[in-house]
Amino acid sequence: MRLSPDDMIFWQNGFLKLNATIVFTWLLMLVLAVGSKLITRKLSTDLKRTRWQNLLEIVVTGIGKQIEEVGLRNPEKYLGFLGTLFLFVATATLCAVIPGYEPPTGSLSTTAALALCVFVAVPLYGIESQGMRGYLRSYVEPTFVMLPFNIIGEVSRTLALAVRLFGNMMSGAMIIGILLAITPFVFPVVMTALGLLTGMVQAYIFSILAAVYIAAATRTIKPRPAA
Amino acid sequence: MLIDWFTVGAQALNFLILVWLMKRFLYKPILHAIDEREKRIALALADADAKKGEALKERDEFRHRNRAFDEQRAALLSQAMIDAKAERQRLIEEARKAADASGTKRQEALTRDAHNLNQSIIRRTQQEVFAIARKALTDLASASLEERLRGVFTRRLREMDGVAKERLAEALKTSSSPALLRSAFELPAEQRAALQAALNETFSAQIDVRFETAPEVISGIELTTNGQKVAWSIADYLASLEKAVAELVMEQGKSEPSHEIEAEPKSVVNLR
Repeated sequence: MRLSPDDMIFWQNGFLKLNATIVFTWLLMLVLAVGSKLITRKLSTDLKRTRWQNLLEIVVTGIGKQIEEVGLRNPEKYLGFLGTLFLFVATATLCAVIPGYEPPTGSLSTTAALALCVFVAVPLYGIESQGMRGYLRSYVEPTFVMLPFNIIGEVSRTLALAVRLFGNMMSGAMIIGILLAITPFVFPVVMTALGLLTGMVQAYIFSILAAVYIAAATRTIKPRPAA
Repeated sequence: MLIDWFTVGAQALNFLILVWLMKRFLYKPILHAIDEREKRIALALADADAKKGEALKERDEFRHRNRAFDEQRAALLSQAMIDAKAERQRLIEEARKAADASGTKRQEALTRDAHNLNQSIIRRTQQEVFAIARKALTDLASASLEERLRGVFTRRLREMDGVAKERLAEALKTSSSPALLRSAFELPAEQRAALQAALNETFSAQIDVRFETAPEVISGIELTTNGQKVAWSIADYLASLEKAVAELVMEQGKSEPSHEIEAEPKSVVNLR
């Protein structure tokens, strides 16, 4: 039984290899980029616009609103990173309805990569927002004693991000596989639909958590000046 | 092993590339389009606001002008009414004056006509009276009217009372010019001689007399000297006739043409 699309290797040359995770990721990237390009090729700034443009505008402004609700003041700055996280995970899940497709998010390597990106992005945004000292000081808040715990928290939440997404995606694919073996008709369809829902929820959770981490990193120092 | 570190690295790189692609192809154009639209809407709204303000201003101005126009119109109307009233008064006055003038003119014309008629009637009457008298006298006593007139005049002279006679005699004597004897008709030579004789006899003196014919002398014969006058007159008769004729004319003036006049001609030739 294959747990991860990483195991499906098309080509390998020593350390370098081309597995299903990377290939499907490329396909998704292609679909997303070409789709966006096609739709945004003829954008109208008028009041009248195409349905596709409307859809994209709703998606983009919706993501921006969510980021703002989390507490980030300038959503356009984080839209590229957080929006892409959501769109990638969501598209990867939605494409699960295509037969033969393996969601790249079902690979722990992919989720770990995404979690690592968040792990790197959070301090970057934090330092950009408060400066190096300000950001580093947040690790010794409220007291110096908390430093190790803060560091552990940082690492563990990254791990949790990766494992949560992977577990959910993998379990979805796994359940469908098992159900197909037990009850090949009707029931797998229901479970696939449920899998789509869980995928969307996970995409939302992943990007919202990333937003929350970034928000926490960029505004930790905020209450201090008043004190 | 669930984690393949090469795949992790590749996926991280892939993800970063995807972030760049999305930024490049999705977020930027879409956000740009949204911003542009918002700008356009804001511009349109600002434009609409400006236009609204302008429209309000224009409306106020229009109302103001309308009010001014109404006031002006009302003023003009009232002025026109006053003028029309004045003009009406003037026209009525003019018409009244014209009516008065024409009435006066008509009255004058009537009076003149009446006067003319009177004159002609008087002349005609005189002629008729004399003609009738002449004929009657000729028929009745084979005496001419001239003769009778001379007779009447002579008798008048003779029957004058003392005071009048003395005054007349005095006037005749003191007069430097000859006494004037005027008659309505040409007196024949024997009549003149008779009259001369009668005068001489009455005043017991040679009286210088100058004979003259004057148709306007109604009395027939009159003697004038130095402010004194002796005459035989049918003036009363004529005055009565004149009155009757005047009444007739007045009746005609009142557009009642058929009115018989009952003139009672005084056929009596009276002496004054």
